[in-house]
Amino acid sequence: MKPTPCTAWIKWVEPVAVLIGLLAVWWFASHGEWVSRVFMPTPEATWESLLKGFSNESGTDAADLRVASWQTFVRMLLGWGLASLIGMALGTLIGMSVVARQWIAPTLEFLRPLPASAVLPLAISIFGLSPGMVLFVVSFGAMWPVLLATVQGLANVEPRLREVAAGLQMSRTAFAWKIGLPATLPDILAGMRLSMTVSLIVAVVGEMIASQPGLGQAILLAARSFRASELFAGIVLLGALGFISNALLAGLERRLLRWQRP
Amino acid sequence: MPEMWTRLRPWAFPLLLLTTLEVYVRRVSASSDALAPPTQALKAWWALLWLTTDEGLWQVTGFTLGTAALGLLLGAFLGLVLGLILGLSQRAGHMSFLTIEVLRPIPSVALIPLTMLVFGFGVRMELSVVAFATFWPMLILTQAAARQVEPRLLEVSDALGLNAWQRTKWIVLPAMVPRLFVALRLGVAVALVVAVTVEIAANPHGMGYAMMIAQQSMEPARMLAWLFWIGAVGTLINALTLRAQHWVHVRMGGTLPQTSQAST
Repeated sequence: MKPTPCTAWIKWVEPVAVLIGLLAVWWFASHGEWVSRVFMPTPEATWESLLKGFSNESGTDAADLRVASWQTFVRMLLGWGLASLIGMALGTLIGMSVVARQWIAPTLEFLRPLPASAVLPLAISIFGLSPGMVLFVVSFGAMWPVLLATVQGLANVEPRLREVAAGLQMSRTAFAWKIGLPATLPDILAGMRLSMTVSLIVAVVGEMIASQPGLGQAILLAARSFRASELFAGIVLLGALGFISNALLAGLERRLLRWQRP
Repeated sequence: MPEMWTRLRPWAFPLLLLTTLEVYVRRVSASSDALAPPTQALKAWWALLWLTTDEGLWQVTGFTLGTAALGLLLGAFLGLVLGLILGLSQRAGHMSFLTIEVLRPIPSVALIPLTMLVFGFGVRMELSVVAFATFWPMLILTQAAARQVEPRLLEVSDALGLNAWQRTKWIVLPAMVPRLFVALRLGVAVALVVAVTVEIAANPHGMGYAMMIAQQSMEPARMLAWLFWIGAVGTLINALTLRAQHWVHVRMGGTLPQTSQAST
């Protein structure tokens, strides 16, 4: 490998240049009609659809990307929050007791590979096509990473900490609050990050199937009526949603795990 | 005796859950369109097992697994190649990180409508969504694995005067194998989940669609049969890949103790 010129300027410009290059390829591909316009709109058309969706000129709710993004975001966040709370609570209950861990943990391992969306048909037949049903499936699917991380983290708490707790004659609840959960926090946060991704995916799928308002429904409708620029605008927004939620969570993780760094 | 009990213990909790469901459905909501007792689901599964038409258990399962495997093959191959390039050249890795960070958060299911538009329903749309979903973890993990190749091994290759291709083939790839297998195992799990999700959301083939259709035709027994079957297939594949990973780990550990230590 040749040594690279390591000026700060080039380091900053190169990644941006690659991204712009990719956009340029998109521009040429769509303008040169390498791929049919039906599938691949020009970047300008996508941008225009984004602007139109945000200014809401059409006046209808379904075409309003601002409303749709917000609804998907809320659905994802609510499902994720519920999943994290329930996952942590159940995980602590199971993880704190050796007996419960021995009896129940294998079943949890069995449920882990089950696709979250596979629960959708069951949930539809029980709850019907309602917003509550989608929320249930989102939180059910996103619960597993947090639950399993909590159980695993509690099982791996440093044995000397247990001895300290025993020496201090801490009650089980006190041990869970003061030692168990703080020591498990890195695992739980890693699980919560995974469950954020799962909740966005399941929220979008749920909106597609149950026709709940949101980006999932918006992009499906756009594809069905061959409005490729709106479809691309929706995909861009979903990417942005994933990016923002990930960045927020990374920030939270840094704050909460300050104690880990020397 | 106590050993036997420990062996049976994992089955106790699921058995309790299933019995509760059985009793609950039979007692409380016997004529329900939403739920069926697990014994009925088992019966429905048995019927599907012997069905030789296109809706038979094996045909449907084969479609999902085959498409997931093809998608994984494509996504993992592209991820491996690009990950190797970006992992071995620091400059290339630095140049592309922004693009990757922008594209990676797009949820794979967002591509379902687009692939529907481009390919219509069928194998190709499902395959491409699976490939997209498995591409990113493979890319990131391959890149990380290539960066973590023991520097002394690279010094050896320099001393031997190997060219880039020989170095990749003889030194870098073998040193990466245990880590690559971890990535591939993750990819297998992702591929199966995404394939079933695509079938539930749009594609009218495979296990996900069979389950969806059973729900829509108000046959809860068949729906539950598919749900349990999807779970069983997922668990089986998970166990198999875990065993394969372990096997590779031991094999590589026997020949290259250094890498096996690095990957634990």
